[in-house]
Amino acid sequence: MFRKFLVLFVSIITFLACSSSEEITPTIIDGFDRNALLENIADNIIIPAYEDFSGKMNALKTAGDTFSTAPNQSNLEALRVSWFAAYKTWQHIEMFDIGKAEELQFKFYMNIYPVTVSDIEDNITNGSYDLNSVNNQDAQGFPALDYLLHGLADSDAAILEKFTIAEDNDNYKNYLIAILNQMNTLTTSVVSDFKAQRNAFVISTENTATSSVNKLINDYIFYYEKGLRANKFGIPAGVFSENALPEKVEGQYKNDVSKELALDALTAVQNLFEGRHYNAATTGVSFKDYLVKLNRTDIATSTSDQFDIAGSQVEKLDNSFAAQIDTDNTAMTMAYDELQKAVVLLKVDMLQAFNVSIDYVDADGD
Amino acid sequence: MFMKRFKYNFKEQTNAAPLAIFRLFFGLMMFASILRFWAKGWIEKLYLVPKFHFSYFGFSWVKPIGDYTYLLFIICGVSAIFVAIGYKYRVAIITFFLSFLYIELMDKTTYLNHYYFISIVSFLLIFLPANAYFSLDAFVQKKQYKLVPKWTIDSIKLMLVIIYLTAGFVKLNSDWLFRAMPLKIWLPSKYDLPFIGENLMQQNWFHFAMSWSGMLYDLAIPFLLLYKRTRFVAFLFVVFFHVFTRLLFPIGMFPYIMIVSALIFFDATLHNKIINFIKKHIIKSKTILLLEPNFHFSKLKSKVVLSLFAVFFAIQMLLPWRSLLYPGELFWTEEGYRFSWRVMLMEKAGSTNFKIVNLNSGASFRVNNTDFLTSFQEKQMSYQPDFILEYAHFLGDHFTKQGYNNVGVFATSYVALNGRLSTRFINEKVDLYQQKVSFTHKKWILPFQSQIKIKGI
Repeated sequence: MFRKFLVLFVSIITFLACSSSEEITPTIIDGFDRNALLENIADNIIIPAYEDFSGKMNALKTAGDTFSTAPNQSNLEALRVSWFAAYKTWQHIEMFDIGKAEELQFKFYMNIYPVTVSDIEDNITNGSYDLNSVNNQDAQGFPALDYLLHGLADSDAAILEKFTIAEDNDNYKNYLIAILNQMNTLTTSVVSDFKAQRNAFVISTENTATSSVNKLINDYIFYYEKGLRANKFGIPAGVFSENALPEKVEGQYKNDVSKELALDALTAVQNLFEGRHYNAATTGVSFKDYLVKLNRTDIATSTSDQFDIAGSQVEKLDNSFAAQIDTDNTAMTMAYDELQKAVVLLKVDMLQAFNVSIDYVDADGD
Repeated sequence: MFMKRFKYNFKEQTNAAPLAIFRLFFGLMMFASILRFWAKGWIEKLYLVPKFHFSYFGFSWVKPIGDYTYLLFIICGVSAIFVAIGYKYRVAIITFFLSFLYIELMDKTTYLNHYYFISIVSFLLIFLPANAYFSLDAFVQKKQYKLVPKWTIDSIKLMLVIIYLTAGFVKLNSDWLFRAMPLKIWLPSKYDLPFIGENLMQQNWFHFAMSWSGMLYDLAIPFLLLYKRTRFVAFLFVVFFHVFTRLLFPIGMFPYIMIVSALIFFDATLHNKIINFIKKHIIKSKTILLLEPNFHFSKLKSKVVLSLFAVFFAIQMLLPWRSLLYPGELFWTEEGYRFSWRVMLMEKAGSTNFKIVNLNSGASFRVNNTDFLTSFQEKQMSYQPDFILEYAHFLGDHFTKQGYNNVGVFATSYVALNGRLSTRFINEKVDLYQQKVSFTHKKWILPFQSQIKIKGI
């Protein structure tokens, strides 16, 4: 008897030891092809969006250089146009907090708003600053450019003065260039790294907290809840505070672009859900397909519908969310409520259906 | 004849070895569990990082004690070692029971059925002569007992039987048996398991087979373990079942604890062989202890312990069924869900957000849960009504203290259960701050609305 137990014991231990140190990653060929999902997202969404953004970022930097050499009205306007074009494309990539983007905290250096004006002005006055410092995250990126291009003074003439006849005009120009260089360097690094890692990205399909597929899903939901729902709508509309905070809208100095940016972001979120190729009508393998495969067409349809409902609610808002909040904040909170309903569908229903291991909860279950 | 069969002889003595081995392995397992818990950084993550802790009703005074919480775990771990080696056994097992209980009561977010199992088994062990044989206490006193009252060992068996049977009975519901829920959600997500992930785990019949065999396993295994001729095969089942669940689910040390516990069903020959093996190869001691034949409780002590056990087991048998006293769907309201061996019966998730309202002016704002809760706490809070109520009270108190007047706390809550689409969970119009915490039915939970009802126990 005892011998039997000893053999049993040893074989269990061996079995467990072997299975936990399993190194072979089998190619996944079940009903749902996660590999194809990741390939579609990488090749048809992330990489084209990254490339588009990279190009627009380059154009923005060139426009900045031109403006800096010749700060005049037409160069200022050209720079503003480049800024907005790049900012719109940014809305399609902020949610990809993966790889180098996560490591460098890309989104925190590109789009923390509102900026801290005193930090920007201090940096400019001192003429020395470390843009890699976490303390300067709220003094750079698109929101800082927004301030420099639209918010320095009340009129274009007065803004141009800062870059031309003001005593420290060189400091202003230098700061503008420094911010653009920083944004461009980060972008180049993130984009080239993702392209280099593409193959590793698409095969990482296992259900672990660190696999591409799980991180992508988690980041996606987190972005939708925080970056989109809360930052663009909830916080400025005063959902989380006693009073509305219209100064916290995205693009507050340009002022009339917050709706367009938010709609771009919402489109990007819905496109990823439905696997729609970047800037195209074609769709590929998506989260939605995955839900359908799991016999959860109910979640798949409800989520797409809810994105549509939320989108049309946002369409009704003023181009300037700040103006909307001042005149009729109820419409703003109604849009927020519709966006929130999609949070429930993604975070509760979709996550439950996928049953992905999530990064932040690793305690035992029973 | 019938009566005779069921007549239990409380005077019968039996070999003490199974109890000693149970004590040894239980202590070692507990020590390993504490070490593992610490090594994973969970003491900090689950007890020190959170600013707010969810308490069991009536135990809000049990809270983590800052850095001393580590000391508490040290005490618990050391006492587990003392239990294992059987040194100062009575003090050690009482210390273990109390420190472990304290740890469990600190925050109900971490409630697991197997922690509850450990608490009640260590409670039982306080009263059992588990150090009578093969223990350091016996070595120090140079005296050990070969036989102990049979009921002491049988009480542990009874506990295990109650657990398995209850766990089996509660699986007799339509979600488990006829929708294969929640296994249908969990198993396919194990697609990355080698060999079986891509085929077996994805098969509909396999989900049903697992559900049904899980239910049959729980209902049959106590009898197969009790009956001598099926015992060894039953034990193989126990090992297979628990190892398999260990591979599939993040259930920590529990499977090993259950496997080791099941050894108690074997007769003493096996345990004596284990003891001889340990003596020969690990301790290498040749000391021969004076062997007293019989360990007896004093008459009074035996009476007290037996009456206590009678009450204890009556509670153990009834407590899991207290949910029958509540109206509504148990899986939805979770009134009477805990402490009832309902293990892995639900895949439930929710999203619950709170609005702080000035009841006079109507002005309101929403709370960002991450300001107060860890993501783990938020996840647990979002679908358990007693958590929602406790947190609502905390928020009410917090904002009142911050100087807000006429505070009302309202919840917007959606919950999805076993593969049904999420639906509203809490009545949004009810000011939760005005609702008392109690064991009575919570009327502010919206009724379970899904078309797919749950029938059964």
